[in-house]
Amino acid sequence: MSDLPLIQADRAVEPPAATTNRGRGRRLRLLSGTDRVVITLMVLIPLLLVTALVWLPALATVVLSGTDWDGIGPLADIDFVGGRNYGDVLTNYPPFVPAVQHNLLWLAVLFLVATPFGMFLAVLLDKELRGSRFYQTALYLPVVLSLALIGFVWQLIYSRDQGLLNAVLGTDVDWYGDPGVNIWAVMLASGWRHVGYIMLLYLAGLKGVDPSLREAAAVDGASEAKSFFRVIFPVLRPINIIVLVVTVIESLRAFDLVWVVNKGRNGLELLSALVTQNVVGEASRIGFGSALATIMLVVSLVFITIYLVTVMRGEDR
Amino acid sequence: MSRPRTQAEYLARLVPSSVAGVNRRTLLAGAAGAGSLLGTGLLAGCGGSDSGGSDAKTVSMGSNASDPTPKDVLAKLSGAFKTASGVEVAINTVDHNTFQENINNYLQGKPDDTFTWFAGYRMRFFAERGLAGDVSDVWGKLSGFSDAFKKASTGDDGNQYFVPFSYYPWAVFYRKSVWQQHGYQVPKSLDELTTLSNQMKRDGLVPIAFADKDGWPAMGTFDILNLRINGYQFHIDLMAGKESWTSDKVKKVFDTWAGLLPLHQPDALGRTWQEAAQSLQQKKSGMYLLGLFVAQQFNADEQDDIDFFTFPEIDPAIGAKALDAPIDGYMMARKPKSEANAKKLLEYIGGVDAANIAVKTDPGTLVANTAADTSGYSALQKKAAELVGSATEIAQFLDRDTRPDFASTVIIPALQQFIKDPKDIDGLTNSIENQKKSIFTS
Repeated sequence: MSDLPLIQADRAVEPPAATTNRGRGRRLRLLSGTDRVVITLMVLIPLLLVTALVWLPALATVVLSGTDWDGIGPLADIDFVGGRNYGDVLTNYPPFVPAVQHNLLWLAVLFLVATPFGMFLAVLLDKELRGSRFYQTALYLPVVLSLALIGFVWQLIYSRDQGLLNAVLGTDVDWYGDPGVNIWAVMLASGWRHVGYIMLLYLAGLKGVDPSLREAAAVDGASEAKSFFRVIFPVLRPINIIVLVVTVIESLRAFDLVWVVNKGRNGLELLSALVTQNVVGEASRIGFGSALATIMLVVSLVFITIYLVTVMRGEDR
Repeated sequence: MSRPRTQAEYLARLVPSSVAGVNRRTLLAGAAGAGSLLGTGLLAGCGGSDSGGSDAKTVSMGSNASDPTPKDVLAKLSGAFKTASGVEVAINTVDHNTFQENINNYLQGKPDDTFTWFAGYRMRFFAERGLAGDVSDVWGKLSGFSDAFKKASTGDDGNQYFVPFSYYPWAVFYRKSVWQQHGYQVPKSLDELTTLSNQMKRDGLVPIAFADKDGWPAMGTFDILNLRINGYQFHIDLMAGKESWTSDKVKKVFDTWAGLLPLHQPDALGRTWQEAAQSLQQKKSGMYLLGLFVAQQFNADEQDDIDFFTFPEIDPAIGAKALDAPIDGYMMARKPKSEANAKKLLEYIGGVDAANIAVKTDPGTLVANTAADTSGYSALQKKAAELVGSATEIAQFLDRDTRPDFASTVIIPALQQFIKDPKDIDGLTNSIENQKKSIFTS
């Protein structure tokens, strides 16, 4: 097995690292003054950036979610209203429940349909078929296209009166207007982009797999499917995790297509669109929007925690 | 006009500014704008130091006129103003939507001396919060405006904070040729409208074109029904949060609308107003309640075929004299650098000369000043001007007459819900009222 030495080489690196731990005190003393300054700066600058750009805004959102600020007037005038915004979100805001359901549906469809399909296409394209570069480009194109163009393309397809789909099928389904249909229509458009993205990520991973692995599997008499699921797929663990994370992130921040279609209303409610509706623009319902954003943050944290726990457990093993 | 004019603009507008980023052209334009601002600023600085503290000869204007034609109008206005008064206008143009979305930050920061805005609730709101300057003395020198326009420019404290410039009415549009062919008559009452619509159905037409994918067009239908059933004052009070949405008056509006919905184009929630207008243009539907901008969806040789009537009377005690006619105009910042120049500029903009320039430059506009020379108007424009001129009260359209957060986060979903399911009026009005209480008390 050709990957055995590789793993051994990996492990071989660790014991020395463990021994240097014991000698840490001596190593620190070896650092010159300049080194220490450089290290301090290298730690401090990213720390400040992360604090200023990520943690402080996140904290400010949480704080603002307890206020009724409308974006006008000095900060001193802000009134705290306690949990009223959260109460309103849960009981007095009809779009909220559908938004949560749609986000979950989005995650399920991307995870169960779009991502596996993108991986499947990557495996196919990895076979060096004739014209694979063309397919690759065609499948990746949606990821590159600008949002305005994508909105326009799908509007041409889905328009009830003048659209391609109704003209070809001879139906008059209201693809964008019927709240029972439009989420699936948009999800198809979103999947169309997502498949290309996953395909490219996975293809890059597949290209990096040592070909002797496949040869060995073939020599051992493993079928095509078996060699993928038993050999290639486990080897691609880092890529699999990236794909998983990308899928979760994409479904949580799903926003652009929905916004392009109808600003996240009428059957297309998503948490991100609701936050934008309330905070950005003229509405300036900042306290209320922050409460929505905080809820979204908590939901994201659940997934991030699961991911981190999985990754760390994986590293311990 | 705040409504999109072309397909391209409509599409561009779909992209939130945060996503769209800055394209090269606006970047260049911005650089050029900054350059010219810097230039005039330097010049003004030099002039000031030379002459020793005389009145500055510039006034700045924040403009949302990012489309070519309105931009051209404003450029010509500032040129003419310079010739008339010797004061230079430094125009700072921002994309129309971006301007509107950033208005809160803009007014709280260092706004330009004067800026473009709309009449309505937001204008009064900025006045009340002390974010806009009182221009009552400018109004003392203005003439040619009807009382309705003055009312629309007045803040809650009775002073004027706004100088109107142009407007467009909402009415029921139709094609003359279609109506002649079938021998239709303009309806004078709700019953006649219903009878006419049923006749159109029998003639194979969709009686009333309808679209609400973008959420705002249905507000026009709600507004006009509310104005006809409950009158202007109720509309204003309802929009200001003073009246209850669960009242029988509001329920009657929804009830009437529910009766008319079967006569509207079905599946409105997936349709853009452009597509609905095109169904009128292609003679598939009989009429369409929309703003005057509906004419943009017609070819040049079809313009003379467009006609309209104001929505018919529902309650004889209320009449049919009020309508939605959003007014665009200009305001002054709370602390302009040169108040005298800013007021001079607003006075000029409100005058006849400025109105004449606008009529000549932009054939699509209707100017607010009635003393302007309107011989260049098309038949449609003349009729629209007459309609608004005879209006007793002018409403500004739902989303300009109420809080923007209420309009966009409550009313749009609620009206779309109503179009989906017109039966549950009680549940709908309860939900609106609960959300209204939460928003208006904050």
